Amino acid sequence: MFEALHDAKFDWLYGGVLLLLLISTLIVRILKARHRDDDSRTTINNFNARIRAWWKMAAIFALAVASGRIGSLILFGIISFLAMREYMTLVPTRRGDHRTLFWSFFVIMPLQYYLVGIQWYVLFAIMIPVLACIYIPPSIAIAGDTEHFLERASKIQFGIMVCVYSLSHAPALLLLKIPGFEGHDARLLLYLVIVDQMSDVLQNVWGKLIGKHKIAWRVSPNKTWEGFAGGVVSATALGTALWWATPFTPLQSAGMSLMICILGFNGSLVMSAIKRDIGIKDFGVVVEGRGGILDRIDSLCFAAPIFFHLVRYLFVP
Amino acid sequence: MNNNIHPIASLLAAVARGISGVQVQWAGCEPDERQRIYFANHSSHLDFVVLWSALPSEIRARTRPIAAKDYWEATPLRRYLSQNVFHAVFLERVSNHKAKNADEPHFAGRHLIEAMVEALGTENSLILFPEGTRGSGEKVEPFRSGMYHLALRRPDVQLVPAHLENLNRILPKGEFLPVPMLSLLTFGKPLHLEPDEDKDAFLERAREAVASLRRIGSA
Repeated sequence: MFEALHDAKFDWLYGGVLLLLLISTLIVRILKARHRDDDSRTTINNFNARIRAWWKMAAIFALAVASGRIGSLILFGIISFLAMREYMTLVPTRRGDHRTLFWSFFVIMPLQYYLVGIQWYVLFAIMIPVLACIYIPPSIAIAGDTEHFLERASKIQFGIMVCVYSLSHAPALLLLKIPGFEGHDARLLLYLVIVDQMSDVLQNVWGKLIGKHKIAWRVSPNKTWEGFAGGVVSATALGTALWWATPFTPLQSAGMSLMICILGFNGSLVMSAIKRDIGIKDFGVVVEGRGGILDRIDSLCFAAPIFFHLVRYLFVP
Repeated sequence: MNNNIHPIASLLAAVARGISGVQVQWAGCEPDERQRIYFANHSSHLDFVVLWSALPSEIRARTRPIAAKDYWEATPLRRYLSQNVFHAVFLERVSNHKAKNADEPHFAGRHLIEAMVEALGTENSLILFPEGTRGSGEKVEPFRSGMYHLALRRPDVQLVPAHLENLNRILPKGEFLPVPMLSLLTFGKPLHLEPDEDKDAFLERAREAVASLRRIGSA
């Protein structure tokens, strides 16, 4: 169970990530020395924080992959936990939700990752969307508080769908049996994470460089059409260039990357909307100082399940 | 009193910090080994452990909680935790017929002040929840008068306000199992009883000092 998941091509891919991180760290150092005005300082510090977070992520990712499927499951389980913790802190819940929340954190979430781990595909696919979503409303109702009932039930359902169910599809890639690709699934997971995260950051960079027309400024003032197009095109190009690490042809890899980028964009857009709606004005201050895991993985949460199902549908007989 | 920290106390403090993901901010003062009375709002059983765990260990060893005797001596587990693990100072509550709710037990009487003064001694600090009981966490209820009498008796001890947020959502009154959300703890500026300040004015000022440290919803 604890067999390592890496191979020569994985090491190349991972080495590339480290090289990229090293180069970006140097660029940020140089930019920091050159630009001293407040506005660019904020931007540079923002990138700096992201790069630091990725160094940590890269180290943890290596550790997880080195310890095999269980390590990766535990890693993603922890990320789910931290993300859901941020989400539930932001979302106003009531006293009557307490027991349902307890079950969500300590029963439903571990169970989902357990089902991924034992590769019980059918149950893992329906556990949260069917079973948990049927369980949640009555378990809130039984507490007897009807105020904002539908809102509360949907908020918990949405949180557990995004933070646990969707994200669990990323490590689930490790249990796909793709003919001719056995034992190399860790590359597929790293591919997904690289394209997704690069799409995030490249959209940000292009937006800063040439961004003019805002997509939905009420939701997120940083998202522009120019940034979106530039980011998606360049991250798709990067993903296409990484086809050798995947079971895809270059053309298939381009299609997959494009899909990851667009879904990732949708994920960050939705999370920004949620935060504008509730977070910033109420519980934002609680989450601010605590990593902001949700900010890093919102795009992954939307890209992972569709990527998983597409790969499964097209490449697993 | 035994000044060593009980291993179970350290364990519980670590668990409470983990579950509550608490972010501590010393906004009005720095941690200090001098004698202090930390007073805070009260909405959860976690309040004391979280506040206590936020103190550096040498201060922690000399900081004792105030506990209601009827509640904390009711079962062997509660008695063990309060007495042996956290060296709590027990106070008796009595039914007060003048109060709004006659059935709810109240802290009353001079001997309670004596017990707290004695517990302070020459080197201890105390953690006090002057609302007297756990509330809903939405607002800070009026303070009981014990804190005023304590301030009269020991003017040399610093009174440090502290505000705990979101712990009522992590472990509300009446629940046994926690939900691991994130929380905040803010320490404010120490205050003292002014020379000719009357009881109600002082208690309201102290309550306001706690309530003003609220950070959620302030952005």
